[in-house]
Amino acid sequence: MISRLANPTQFMKASGAVLPLLAVAMPLVLLVGLYLALFVAPPDYQQGESVRIMYVHVPAAWLALFVYLLVAVASGVALVWRHPLAEIAAQSAAPLGAAFTLVCLLTGSLWGRPMWGTWWAWDARMTSVLVLFFLYLGYIALANAFDDPGRGGRAASVLALVGIVNLPIIKFSVDWWNTLHQAESVIRMSGPTIDMSMLVPLMVMAFGYLLLFATLLLVRIRTALNERRARALQLSATPTPSPAGASPVLQ
Amino acid sequence: MSNFSQWASMGGYALFVWSAYGVAVVILGGIALQSWRRYRASLRALDKLQGSSRRRS
Repeated sequence: MISRLANPTQFMKASGAVLPLLAVAMPLVLLVGLYLALFVAPPDYQQGESVRIMYVHVPAAWLALFVYLLVAVASGVALVWRHPLAEIAAQSAAPLGAAFTLVCLLTGSLWGRPMWGTWWAWDARMTSVLVLFFLYLGYIALANAFDDPGRGGRAASVLALVGIVNLPIIKFSVDWWNTLHQAESVIRMSGPTIDMSMLVPLMVMAFGYLLLFATLLLVRIRTALNERRARALQLSATPTPSPAGASPVLQ
Repeated sequence: MSNFSQWASMGGYALFVWSAYGVAVVILGGIALQSWRRYRASLRALDKLQGSSRRRS
């Protein structure tokens, strides 16, 4: 199924069928999530109402990591099998991952100020997430840095693969080092330590973020395929003779 | 009405809570809008090219 979807024509067909469903489900789930987060979820016994920042902060952090993993895996596929759709997928996902990382950093700062008394600390969790943000920016810059998109794409793919070492550092930073940031309370071996009244709104918001990502990823891949098709049409419409003396073998 | 203002005050954390939700809406809404606009533009460009050279419908 994956190999069939990897064909651009098949992808356009399948994504065109899924996109309307996503476009309806995504805002609905996000609205329900916001309602639960702002009206239904209880205030925290220590943090009071400021705990509501969690519902926009934690899902952003999850998506930041998940999207990076996707970018890295797609980059690996692009490098090994030279599959053009894999590279397009990675490059379409990266700006979305950068956006989620930025939301995570800024909302974390707005949460840290009232709870810890500081906007920012150079502790392991925050520093490694900042590194993740710069990895995204570096990837995007490299992918667009070369006139030859093939070379830029390969350089960016290598960066994405190298940057994958940062993911376990982010995940386990709160266990390995003494961080100001609190330890994990949802994804734990022994089960979540967070109460259901907060876990349910959190999961609905996370699902909404995931649907938002899926919708925008499909839209961005379709955009890239449209733009590629337009370039090909333009080239075939105005056949430019290759310059005299240019060797066709030279890349 | 006092119910609403009590809710909106977020137990004294209004500035931080509403800024955080605002940041999330602006950044995620912004990239959604940018993605959608570029998608529309790519469709228009493709339509124009296919209209001028009627090779494939």
